[in-house]
Amino acid sequence: MSTEILDPVAEAEESAPSRRRLSRIGVIGWVSIAIIALALLLAIFGPILRPFDPNLSDLSFANVGPFGSHLLGFDGQGRDVLSRIMEGARTTVLGAGFVALIAVAIGTTLAIATAWFGGKFDASVSAGLDVLFAFPGILLAVVAAAVFGPSLLSAGLALAIAYSPYVARVLRGAALKERAMTYIAALEVQGFGAWRLCVRHLLPNISSLIVAQGTILFGFAMVDLAAISFLGLGVQSPQADWGVMVSEGKTSLLQGYPIVSLTAVLCIVAVVAAVSFLGERLDASSKDVLR
Amino acid sequence: MSEHTSATEPVLSVRGLRKVFGTQVAVDDMNFDLLPGRSLAIVGESGSGKTTVARMIVGLEKPTAGTIVACGRDRSKPARRGAERKLRGREVQIVFQDPYSSLDPRQSGADLIDEVLRVHHDHHASDRKRIVGELAEIVGLDQRQINAMPKALSGGQRQRVAIARALATDPHVLILDESVAALDVSIQAQVLNVLADIRDERGISYVLISHDLAVVRQLTEEAIVMQRGIVVEQGVTADILDDPQHAYTQMLRASVPGPGWKPQRMRERKAAADAAAEAAAS
Repeated sequence: MSTEILDPVAEAEESAPSRRRLSRIGVIGWVSIAIIALALLLAIFGPILRPFDPNLSDLSFANVGPFGSHLLGFDGQGRDVLSRIMEGARTTVLGAGFVALIAVAIGTTLAIATAWFGGKFDASVSAGLDVLFAFPGILLAVVAAAVFGPSLLSAGLALAIAYSPYVARVLRGAALKERAMTYIAALEVQGFGAWRLCVRHLLPNISSLIVAQGTILFGFAMVDLAAISFLGLGVQSPQADWGVMVSEGKTSLLQGYPIVSLTAVLCIVAVVAAVSFLGERLDASSKDVLR
Repeated sequence: MSEHTSATEPVLSVRGLRKVFGTQVAVDDMNFDLLPGRSLAIVGESGSGKTTVARMIVGLEKPTAGTIVACGRDRSKPARRGAERKLRGREVQIVFQDPYSSLDPRQSGADLIDEVLRVHHDHHASDRKRIVGELAEIVGLDQRQINAMPKALSGGQRQRVAIARALATDPHVLILDESVAALDVSIQAQVLNVLADIRDERGISYVLISHDLAVVRQLTEEAIVMQRGIVVEQGVTADILDDPQHAYTQMLRASVPGPGWKPQRMRERKAAADAAAEAAAS
């Protein structure tokens, strides 16, 4: 609309939230964004860009340090570590993202449904979630591996289900608070349906919290998935995965050659820290933009 | 203005309305008729049950007993279907007290009214835009204000947006639940003038829920006085305010600050009013 462009006040009001959100994240925020961008690029293009075959084993190079184009050297089975890191980014990063996405989707749906309908529905769902709380995510993943066989899919689904009560509990509180706002009541009186109210009005107003929950879960999921793969119940060796690499590197570690495990651990820590930091910052700055 | 009702038939009719929360009786045996273009005040102190009446009329609370009929159609039970819900939305609307929680922080006034219009009618986009402009003019908001996010608006401007939202469906009855109580006095007067003009132009009926007797006198012809859920006095507003019969109404009137006002006997007055209420109940 042309009047909006001509009106400097309206224009400033419209662009202010996004501009402020970006300017407040600081240097560490930009570093975090760079790390996440790199991780995503690796997850998408890593298996194409990697310099060598990640599964090509040459035992004569076992535990040989960096040289030439082998920037990170070789692991205990003589495989190129850099190629394995690039190859493994896909399962590690996308796996964690998948877990966080599913957990947030389940948790958000339950939170909004319980907050909206209340009463017996809320009571019974909340009781069910309390039971689910009793199972640690790793335990559920181990059970899933025992029943469905060890794979990234079963471990990821089990983790997602184990995480969803945490999301549901936090978001239910926020959704209840939003549900009690009179603008919801006013729109109910207008004859708006429950679906429109929840999706168009309630959900957007708790979205910053949803994003924050997602980023926190992404960090947890990455660490837990790595732990599960380390235990041999997630991604299966020899497929490259950062968690698997930590596991495989432990023999080299004991032989005084820590670079394999350390590289994988550093990658995990860097991505988890970046995502957590950014999530927290986005949450904090979006809180005071609208109200 | 109404195709459902003739001029003499009430737009809103309440019979034997009762609401019980647990063991607490919030509203007991309320009866009134509201004629087209007329206004009714429901007066009482905090906790007297007046807001519960408003919430029952708009369907946010289910009556324990009694009937509510608006524009000739019963609305005592919750609407079963979406079409019925929307139909009710075009009969009775409400403006709430708190201007800060009554607007979605992510939606401008123009977008809000546009959404309401889209839910109710099949208007063309240009028609909706025209109606948004008309409503903004009626409630006294300029182009920039109606397009601004709620955060950029003052309390009085937000309340104008809320009034515009309520008018968007062209309702026959508008409930004003302490709608000007949160605004400071000069803004209050402006918004009251807007409301009076709207009534004159559209022939809409108001149910004014208020503890402010000056506002009640300015805007209504009839009044109901409530104390702890019970109607203690009902009649013509001027009569009730000038010559209150019930001790509680007398106390309410005496509570209004004015020249020579002495608030120290509040507690005694209240005790007398309570005693009178108990005597009347037994």
